[in-house]
Amino acid sequence: MAEYKWPDADKRTHIGKRISRIDGPHKVSGRAKYSFDMNRPGMLFGKILRSPYAHAKVKSIDTSAAEAMAGVKAVHIMAQPGTPTDELKWAGASIVALAAVDEPTAEDAIRAIKVEYEVLPHLVIDNDPKTAGDTYTRAANENKVGDPDKGFSEAEVTIEGNYGLPVITHCCLEPHGSVMEWEDGGQNLLAHLSTQAVSGSVGQIARPLEIPATNVRVKQDHIGGGFGSKFGPDEWDITAARLSKKAGGKPVKMFNERDAELMVAGSRPSVYAKVKVGVKKDGTITAWESQSWGSGGVGGGGSPPIPYIFNIPNQRKQHTNIINHVGSQRAWRAPNHPQACVLTMEPLEDAAAAIGMDPYDFFMKNIELTGQRAPIYSDELKIAADLIGWKKNWHARGDKTAGPMKRGLGLSIHTWGGQGHASDCDINIQPDGSVELKMGTQDLGTGTRTTLNIVVADTFGLPLNAVKILIGDSRYPASGGSGGSTTIGGISAAARRGSLDALEQLFSKVAPSLEAKPEDLEAVGGNIRVKTNPAKSVTWAQACSKLGATPLTVRGRHFPNAPGNLTNQGVGGVQMADVSVDIETGIVRINKIVAVQDCGLVIDLKTAESQVYGSLIMGVCWALYEEKIMDAKTGRMLNPNMEFYRLAGIADIGDLVVHMMTGKGYDERGVIGLGEPPAVSPGAVISNAVANAIGVRVPYLPLTPDRVLAALEKKGGNNARI
Amino acid sequence: MQDDDNVKEKGSGLSRRTFLKASGISLSVPLVMGYRVVKVSGADVKIYGPGKVPLSLSINGKSYNAQVEPRVTLLDALRNELDITGAKRVCDRGSCGACTMIVDGKAVYSCSTLAIDAQGKSITTVEGLMQGETLHPVQQAFIDNDAQQCGFCTPGFVVACKAFLDKNPTPTAEEIKKGLGGNTCRCGTYVGVRAAVAQAAGKGVKRNG
Repeated sequence: MAEYKWPDADKRTHIGKRISRIDGPHKVSGRAKYSFDMNRPGMLFGKILRSPYAHAKVKSIDTSAAEAMAGVKAVHIMAQPGTPTDELKWAGASIVALAAVDEPTAEDAIRAIKVEYEVLPHLVIDNDPKTAGDTYTRAANENKVGDPDKGFSEAEVTIEGNYGLPVITHCCLEPHGSVMEWEDGGQNLLAHLSTQAVSGSVGQIARPLEIPATNVRVKQDHIGGGFGSKFGPDEWDITAARLSKKAGGKPVKMFNERDAELMVAGSRPSVYAKVKVGVKKDGTITAWESQSWGSGGVGGGGSPPIPYIFNIPNQRKQHTNIINHVGSQRAWRAPNHPQACVLTMEPLEDAAAAIGMDPYDFFMKNIELTGQRAPIYSDELKIAADLIGWKKNWHARGDKTAGPMKRGLGLSIHTWGGQGHASDCDINIQPDGSVELKMGTQDLGTGTRTTLNIVVADTFGLPLNAVKILIGDSRYPASGGSGGSTTIGGISAAARRGSLDALEQLFSKVAPSLEAKPEDLEAVGGNIRVKTNPAKSVTWAQACSKLGATPLTVRGRHFPNAPGNLTNQGVGGVQMADVSVDIETGIVRINKIVAVQDCGLVIDLKTAESQVYGSLIMGVCWALYEEKIMDAKTGRMLNPNMEFYRLAGIADIGDLVVHMMTGKGYDERGVIGLGEPPAVSPGAVISNAVANAIGVRVPYLPLTPDRVLAALEKKGGNNARI
Repeated sequence: MQDDDNVKEKGSGLSRRTFLKASGISLSVPLVMGYRVVKVSGADVKIYGPGKVPLSLSINGKSYNAQVEPRVTLLDALRNELDITGAKRVCDRGSCGACTMIVDGKAVYSCSTLAIDAQGKSITTVEGLMQGETLHPVQQAFIDNDAQQCGFCTPGFVVACKAFLDKNPTPTAEEIKKGLGGNTCRCGTYVGVRAAVAQAAGKGVKRNG
C-alpha cells in the first residue's frame, strides 16, 4: 500500500503555487452553463403564487381561469385548503405552482389565480424578546461556568453594553431552483439543480417523489453562489418535478424571482445580547455575563458559542430563541460564528478601552485563554499588526483630531474546524496516457476543479492540462456536500490517495522494463524514472502503454480516520480594520482590512487568497449594509430587491490585504477548509474600528449612517462610559 | 388643476388623449413586421403587440429572429428564446449589472431594456468578446487576477469592464472604482476586478479592442 502523505515542499510542482482556476476561460466567456442557464427542448417555465401574508390560512383556491389559459400546461396546489399544508407561516410561502410555455404566460396565469385567506396574527420582529411574548419565545436554562459572582467581585472595572446583528439573507446571484425533466417514459428524473450537494441531493429528491434514488440523476456544471443555503432540493424543486410529470415529462424550469429569493431561500439568524465583562486594570478578564436572543424565522435561530474563543473562567449566560413568521434560516458561512464573534470581540474591545489598554495588548495579555491555538493567534496578531501599522496608527478610543472625519483601528480573531468530508473519486488512466478524475462533488467557485487538477497532476508529475476533471454529476463516485469548509480536505485527500494508488499500480507495470523495483520509481516531469538513476526513464505515455488494452481505474477515497495525515481541522485567523467615519453624516468608509489566516497546507494559493478576499468583502456587506428589514404591521420584507437590500460595490471595500500562513508549522498539518473562517471576523473588526474612531460603540450592525449618528447622539448612554 | 389627459408629452407633440384617439388609424405597415405604424399629429408611432411579434436582433455580428411579446426584455429574449445565456438575470430591475450588454457602443442593463427596442442596434454580449478561441484582454485579465469565484456576475462584469475601457482606456484606480460601481458581486471578487481592469488597461485595450 502506498504511503499517503503530501509531497515535501521541494517536490511540489503545482501544490501551493498561485494557479489560475481551470474553469476560468469558461466563466469569463459566458460558456459556463449554470443550472439557471439550462434550455431544454420543449421546456416549460414554472412560477409560484406566494403568500402576501406572514400568517394566514388558505380557505379556497380557484385556479380555473389560469388552467383555461392557452399555454398553461400543469398546475399544482402546494397549500391545499383543509389539509395541514393550508397554514402559511411566512410571507412568500408557496401556495400554487404552475408551468406554462413561456414566462409571460406563466406570470399572467399566476395573476389569474384566486385565493381566499383567513389572515392570522403574526410576529416578524426579533429584536426584543419582551414584545415577542411566551408564544414566540423559547428560553434556554441559564448556563454557568466557574463562579461568575466571584469573578465580577474580583473585577476592577465592569463594562456593560448591547451588541448584535440582524437577520441577513444569502442573496445568491443564481437564485435557488432547477430544471426538472422526466426521461424514459416518466421513469427517471434528470435534475439540473443549483446545489451545494450534487451526490447528496439524489436521495432528497427521490424521497418526496416516492421513486427509487437510483432513478434520479443530479447534474450541475456550475453554481452561482450558495454560501450554505443550497444543500438540497427545495419544495419548489420537487414541485417542478411534479409539474414536469403532469406535463408529460416536459422539462420545467423553476427558479426563484429575486424577491422570493430574498424572502424565502434562507437567511442567517439574528442575535442580540446584553453583555457584561469584568476586567482587572492589568487586562485580566475575570468574568462574563450575557443575556442573548435572536431569531432565524419559523425554525428559530442558532445559539452562538459565547464567549467566543476566549475561555473566560467565570461565566453566566442565557439565550432565548425567538420563533416568528419569517422564512426559515439556513446555514450561512460559518453558522453561529459571526454572531458569536460580534457578541464577544466587541465587548472585549470595549473592556480594553474602559481600562485604557490597547486592545492588541489586551488580546495578547489574554491569549492563553484561546487554548491550543494561542501560539498561532499570537503569530498572526504580530503579522497583522505589522501589515496595518497598528502600533503607529492606533490611538486611544475616540479620534481627537479636528474635523468631522474620525479614523480608527479595530481587531478580531476567529476559528473554525474544516476537516475534510468523506469523498470518493475514480481516477482513470488510459493506455494512451490520458488521465481523468471523476467525482460527484461541486465547485462553488472555491476552486474545487482546480485543486483536484493540481493534486492529480502534481502526484503524476504531469502538467495541469494533461488531466481532465469531471465533477457535478451524481453518477460519479459520491462526495460530500460543500458545507462546513469540508470540501477541500475531503476532495484533495481522496484525489491524492487515488493518485498514489494508481501510480503504484502503474509502477508495477513499468518496473520490469526499467529493471527496477516498483518502489524505486518516481513520476517526475512527465516521465517515470528510477529515483537513484534518473537517466533510466520512460515517458508517461510509454509507461501507460504497458497497461495493454484496458484502462486503469482506481478508486480514491477519503473517510473519517483514513490512513495518512492528509487533512486536519482547526484554524485560527486574525483580522484588523482601519476605517474613517464622518461624524456629520454617519457614513463609514473602509480604508483597509488585513486578514491573516492559516488553513494548513494550501493547494492553490491564488484561489485560497480569493476565498479570504471574498470573505472580507462579504463581511463589509453585512457590517455596513445588509439587513432583512421586516415590516411589523404587514409582516412582509420591505427590501426584497437589490436596491434596498444593499451589497458592497467595488468602491466600498477599501484596500484589502491577505496574508496566508504557510510553510513550516502549517503545511505538515495537512489540508484544512478555508471558505468559512475568514468570513467570521469582519463584522466585529469593523465595528471595533468604528468605536475606536468615534469614541462610542454603535451597538448593532449594520453600521448604517442612522445607527452611527444615533450612537453619537446617545453618548452618555450604556456604552458611552468607555 | 390641469387636465391630465391633455398633458403634452415632452418632445412627442402628442397628448395622451390624441394618442388614444389616433391609435388604430392610418395602418401603414402590415402586421407581419410586428408592429403597426400610426400617424399621429404628423409623427409615425410604432405600436407592438399585445401578442407575440416577430423580433429581429443583431447580436455579436449575427442576425437572430424570434417571436416574443413586446413586454419581453432584451435579457429574457436572449436567454429564453435564443439560448444566449452568458448574461445573467439576477436583480431583474437594473441594480446589479449581471445582465450587462453593449448596445450601440454603450453598456446597458438588458433586464431593463425591451427586446423590441433593441432592434436595428448592434448588440454585444460576453459571448461576442472572444476572437475565435482567443480571449479578449479583459477576459484574460479576469483569469490572471482571479476576478471571479462562482462566476455568475462575471459575464456582466467582463462586458461592463470592456465598455468602460472602451470609453476610458487608461483609467486611474479611482476611476475604476467609480466606473464599475454598477456591477454587484456576492462572492467578493472586487479586488481581482480592480487588478484585472488595470492589467487590461496596461495591455492597451482600446475602443472596440
